Amino acid sequence: MANSTHNLAGKVGRRTLEFMSELGRFTKLVGRVISEIGGIFQDRGLFIQECVTLGVDSLPLVLIVGLFTGAVSGWQGHYQMEGYLPFEFIGPGTFKAVLLELGPVLTALIIAGRVSASIAAELGTMKVTEQIDALETMAISSVRYLAVPRVAAMTVMMPVLTAQAIFVAMLGASFVCIVLLGMTSNQFWGLIPNFFKLYDVFAGLFKSLFFGLAASLLGCYIGFRTEGGAEGVGMATITAFVWSCLAILVIDFLLALMLF
Amino acid sequence: MLTRLGEQITPETLFKMIEVRGVHRSFNGKHVLRGVDMTIETGESITIIGQSGCGKSVLLKHLVGLMVPESGTITVDGRDITSARRKELYEIRMKFGVLFQGAALFDSMTVEENISLGLRQHTALGDAEIANRVRECLTLVNMDGTQKLKPAELSGGMRKRVGLARAIAMQPSYILYDEPTTGLDPITADSINDLIIHLNQKLSVTTVVVTHDMVSAYKVSDRIVMLHEGRIIFSGTPDETKNAKTDIVRRFVNGEADAQSYVITSY
Repeated sequence: MANSTHNLAGKVGRRTLEFMSELGRFTKLVGRVISEIGGIFQDRGLFIQECVTLGVDSLPLVLIVGLFTGAVSGWQGHYQMEGYLPFEFIGPGTFKAVLLELGPVLTALIIAGRVSASIAAELGTMKVTEQIDALETMAISSVRYLAVPRVAAMTVMMPVLTAQAIFVAMLGASFVCIVLLGMTSNQFWGLIPNFFKLYDVFAGLFKSLFFGLAASLLGCYIGFRTEGGAEGVGMATITAFVWSCLAILVIDFLLALMLF
Repeated sequence: MLTRLGEQITPETLFKMIEVRGVHRSFNGKHVLRGVDMTIETGESITIIGQSGCGKSVLLKHLVGLMVPESGTITVDGRDITSARRKELYEIRMKFGVLFQGAALFDSMTVEENISLGLRQHTALGDAEIANRVRECLTLVNMDGTQKLKPAELSGGMRKRVGLARAIAMQPSYILYDEPTTGLDPITADSINDLIIHLNQKLSVTTVVVTHDMVSAYKVSDRIVMLHEGRIIFSGTPDETKNAKTDIVRRFVNGEADAQSYVITSY
């Protein structure tokens, strides 16, 4: 009994130490990204290319997610309010939910799946095939050349993608409520201006900025730490996806406490 | 004016060499380098031999600052790279060209983009000048005309040649080769050996080769050193290596297994 308790304590201690050293290395990478952010001006082409790859190419997926998120929110809103509240509240309710929570978080989770994992896989492959070492021996900082453009592009593009997802979500919700559930356009849209607060728009998009930053930083960090060939790259991809999703949910909670 | 072979002596030229002193490095409790001492003189072609997993590539990565030793010093042209700050380290790395084992070409770039990357990052050369330099480098390795190809379209030998063209693009003083002939057929391997000798003479560079291919080692080296159990245990010319009296060196160069390590347990 005493022995198994001792083993458990040892295991917990080791895991804690590992986690703390990972956190330390991650913080170091964040520090280097910040210190080398000026390199974005030297590598403008790379930044724009990453904006296209990580942002514009994600647009179709984000729009589909937004459309269905809005549609289901409208349908659920109607179902839940029927008999309790006037249907005029479906529009504002859906708008608030999509603007503050569903739009930013679902967009970020989808992007975490697509982008964070792809960054980890790409950098991980470069790591195990010594391409990152090659870059470093050419006196080119791998952080400046590989991480900075990706992190900057994702941080900039995430609010843009989120804004588009929110817009499409509202179109989806209005389509469901007006075309499928027989509400009038005025019933759906009429009360939204009364509940509209500019701060909510700022808060929703501000959150997405942090989601983009976290997902891309984690993708880069896990990619740079990849070891062990194809298996390692596969593991890095999964790890980046899981950690990015977790980070987004935790950050969402922390920002909710601070912003609202 | 003091000169050495027509060269003006400055502090920079006086210390123009690589010195490795007492370098130790461990990985997950395995003590790989156990006090490596080695001097690489300017202009020489040195080959580091040793069994697979003995730490040759690790030592090579230490020479260019990709790995940092736990103790010991490595000086390049009189500057200690183990304590250098990042900016200074990058300045020192500009003196190096490295050919990695798998060539390590950037997959997403064409051959031309691979070779020109360093030039675009570190020089103010225009597009035409860069294209000329790329052509010169590719001509030196007999690969002119492949500028627009992607690495995936090249064979193993071609990739090594392009990797070499990339390594020499910045006109380095030192070229490091990590297993340059591994995985190549004997004829392609021999052509890479010829290329190493050709570049060493044509560009007057210091060459450091890491290999366990003795044919290659004998052909390209002025001096061969052997790394064994984390230390340099032998240093000599190719002829001295062929006639080495030390048991472990003799067995390695002749490809003789240690009988003790192949004792088969009877059932």
